[in-house]
Parts: sequence; structure tokens; C-alpha cells
Amino acid sequence: MTGSSVAGMPPDTDEPVLDLRPESAPARVRHALRDFTETLAQWRLCWTLGWLDVKLRYRGSVLGPFWLTASTAVMIAAMGVIYTTLFKINLADYLPFLTLSLVLWGFVGSMVNEGTVCLTQADFMIRAMRMPFGVHAARVLVRNLLVLLHNVLVVVVVFALFHVWPGSRALWALPGAALWIFDSLAAAMMLGMLGARFRDIPPVVASTMQIFFFVSPIIWKPELIEKGHAWLQINPFYSLIEIVRRPLLGEMVPNHLWLPALAWSGLLWVAFLLLFFRVRSRLAYWV
Amino acid sequence: MAASLRVDELHVTFPLYHGDTRTLRKTLASAASSRFEQDQQKRVVVQALRGISFSLKAGDRLGLVGNNGAGKTTLLRALAGIYEPVRGRVTAHGEINALLDTNLGMNLDLTGRENIGLRGLHAGLTRSRIREIEQDVEAFADLGSFLDMPVRTYSSGMVLRLGFAMATSIRPRILLMDEWFLAGDASFMSKARDRLEELVRQAEILVISTHKPEIVAAWCTHVLWLENGSIRLQGPPDEVLPAYLGHDVQADAAMVLSGD
Repeated sequence: MTGSSVAGMPPDTDEPVLDLRPESAPARVRHALRDFTETLAQWRLCWTLGWLDVKLRYRGSVLGPFWLTASTAVMIAAMGVIYTTLFKINLADYLPFLTLSLVLWGFVGSMVNEGTVCLTQADFMIRAMRMPFGVHAARVLVRNLLVLLHNVLVVVVVFALFHVWPGSRALWALPGAALWIFDSLAAAMMLGMLGARFRDIPPVVASTMQIFFFVSPIIWKPELIEKGHAWLQINPFYSLIEIVRRPLLGEMVPNHLWLPALAWSGLLWVAFLLLFFRVRSRLAYWV
Repeated sequence: MAASLRVDELHVTFPLYHGDTRTLRKTLASAASSRFEQDQQKRVVVQALRGISFSLKAGDRLGLVGNNGAGKTTLLRALAGIYEPVRGRVTAHGEINALLDTNLGMNLDLTGRENIGLRGLHAGLTRSRIREIEQDVEAFADLGSFLDMPVRTYSSGMVLRLGFAMATSIRPRILLMDEWFLAGDASFMSKARDRLEELVRQAEILVISTHKPEIVAAWCTHVLWLENGSIRLQGPPDEVLPAYLGHDVQADAAMVLSGD
């Protein structure tokens, strides 16, 4: 074995591999941005960590990760029965909407909740070797995307059963999905930093998300609100959910939904970047 | 360019956010000489390292000695870039591998093989290189079919063998080592010694933290004696070690290394 040089790090260079000191303001920004590029360079590690997380959760079980699909399917079927027998709701109209909403919210909710512990749960890795912090957020994203993919099967089946076919309009969900990915990373990273510093953050966020589940149009359709529809916009989840959900149901996304979605995302990113510039070098001390 | 490692006036302090601050403040008041202090923002902090300076060039082997809690592991972590300096500066040329604890950031629920893969990915190795390392570790650690079992099911000796094999199959130019590497039983140590010595020989710079003076006497060209986060004494082993131990260990060391 002769491999004394590690790929990605040329052995002979004048650039120091490490040059660490208390950071000046430009250095904070530079180092934070370098964290992002290093995270991108480590995409295979992010992918493997996320995939192993899913695999590990169901290791030894018969269905494996398809337990995710199975439990979502059972829940949707149960809700279908309850809504038809108790509330006499027209299922063909409601169940496809509900299924899609619950699956999408499942992604959003667990992304936010697991984001709060993305750094504290990786403490053993953080203290064992230097690695970009973005890896930990990307790992949560990969894990939740894989969970989402398993749940999408249920959506497909329900759509097929009720003959819902969004057609080519569904492609309009792609820009929304891209925005979700960017926002997920920023949210997981920001909550991860806050969760490392303040140990109350995970339970606080978990209860807040519970409230958001009910006040956001997830299990109810936004059309139900007749007066004060504009007030829905102060809920960031409203516009962000709609830009992905509507195209998948075969509807167009009006601009009055895209604008707040972009505004909330911008706000999230600014907050995340400011926090990350400020505390990146301290994170290893906090976990 | 040759590997080098330079530390200037390094200070590392840990904020104590999650302890009981009132009790801590009392501790602070009662023990003026303690390492607890308050920073400008009135936070209670522990001074883990205070004003450490040294400089190493290719070929240097530095031994860190000192009591438990003297700051040896914290210094290794600061050299590895895990803890960034609160004050002072750390500059390194040449890639670094830090072997800090037996678990090496291993996930105990994953199999040995999966952990090897993760470690290789982190080091930025290619798929074929990771496979090579896997075979190398398999041959050395002698875990048999346990390599495909979760690390949680291993005996502590097996974890040590896996961690050791994994860590020593990635060869850095700057090697930072904590003393757990020297903690195996006799049969493991005799097997490990050749491999470790080869690794140490290949590394341009070695920093090793240990309680065993014979290791320092045999391997190191410099010794740094840490006490309460500061340097008590640094210099060549034959000056620092006698002071540290209160007696000369050269004789013991010669005996240990030639024997068993």
C-alpha cells in the first residue's frame, strides 16, 4: 500500500491544508462558502449516510423500507373509511388530495424535526474528524427524500384508483421541488445549529410543527377559507406546499402563490447564512 | 513542499452552556486558580488550552505527555481542525489523519464493512481504493464473518482491531494519534507494532499523546508536557521525560522495546 496521498487533496502544494485562527468578517463568509463546496464534493458521503440511515431503520425486518409505504397506505385507507362513513365526504374528490398532502407534509415535517438534531446526533462524527457541516444537513435531506420516494407509491396507487391524472402539468412541480430542496438544506442546517446551542429547540419545533399541521391547508382544502384568504400567506408552509401540490393535482400555480413562496425562501436563506457565518467555527464546541 | 505543522499562542476554551450556571459561578468564585473563568459575555468557560506554541517540520515526532485532563486530546483535536482556535493560530501543510478514539466516528449500528466504506468516502477515496482498504482491513483485523455484522455486536477487542486496521490503512503525511492505539492485549500489540511502526515511519510528522513514557522515549524527537492546558516544559525526550517522571526512563524503555 503506497497511497500516501488522499484524493482531492494534492500532496504537494503551497496552500496550507489547514490555516485556522479566529475569523475576520470576510473569512467567516469565505469559510462558510467553502463548507458548501466541500459538502458538494462529499456528495457520495452524504448519499451513503442518508441511504444507510433508511436501511438501518428497517434492518432485519421483512418489508425493509417498504414498511414506510405500508404504514402510509394503512393510514390513508383508514382515513378513507372514516371520512366516507362518518363525514359522508365524496372520496373521489377528497382522498387523492389528502393522500398527496399527507405524503408531502410527511417530508416537510420530518425534514424540520430531524433538522433540529442533525448536528447533535452526529456529534461522534463531528468530534472524530474535520468535515464540512453541510454534510449533516444533506444527510437528513437524502434520508427524507428516500422516505418520500417510498411514500409516493401510495399516492400513485390512490391516483390510479380514483382516475386522477395531472398530465403534463405535473412537470410544473419541478421548480417547486427544486426550491424545496434548497429550503430543506437551509432549514435543517439552521435548526441544527440552533438545536446544538439550545437544547429546547427540538421539542419546541416539534410542537410548533404540530400546530402548523392543523393551521396549514393539509387535511383541509384552502378553498374552505372564504374570508381573509390573504391571511393564509403569513403561514410560510401554505405557499410552499401549494407550489408543489397544485401542479401534481393538475392545477396551475398562480403568481400570488409563487411570490410569497420565493419571499419566504429568501428570508430563510438570509437568516440561515447570517447565522452560519456567525457560528460555524463554534459548532464543534456546541455538539 | 514538505509537511509542517505550526501552532502559535493557541487558546481553546469551552463554553459551558448546559451545566447549572449558578453552581458554576460559585465554583468560579471559590477557586481562583481553577480553569473556569468568565468571558466578556459573562459566559462560564473552561480553559482547555492556554497559549500553546510549537512548530514541527517533516521528520519531527512529538509526544504529548501530561495527566488526564491536561488538554492532550483537545490539543490533538485542535491540530486536526475539529476545534477552531479561540485565540492564536494553527497552520498545517500536508493532509492530516487523526486517530482520536477507538470508535473513530464509527456508527455502531452499521457493519464493519459499511463503516470502512464511510471512512473511505470521508477521506475522498475512489471506489476501487475503498475496496483495497476493505481487503486490507479484513486481512489484518481478522474479524471473519463479523465484518458483515453490526459493530455493536463486537467485543471491545474486535472494535479495537477494526478501528486500528481502518485507521492505519489510510496513510496521511501528518499523523495525530491518541494513546488508545497502544491499549491492545499482548498478542494484538505484537501484531500491531510492525504496522504501526511502518505507518509512523511513513508519516512525515507524528503527534502522539500517551501515558507510556517508553513509547515517547522510543518514538519521539520532541516532548511537550501539558499541565492544566498550558505547556509545563518542552524539549527533547531526555530533558523533559526525566522531569515529568522524576526519574530517567531510558533504561526501562530499552528493556520494554527489546523484550516481549
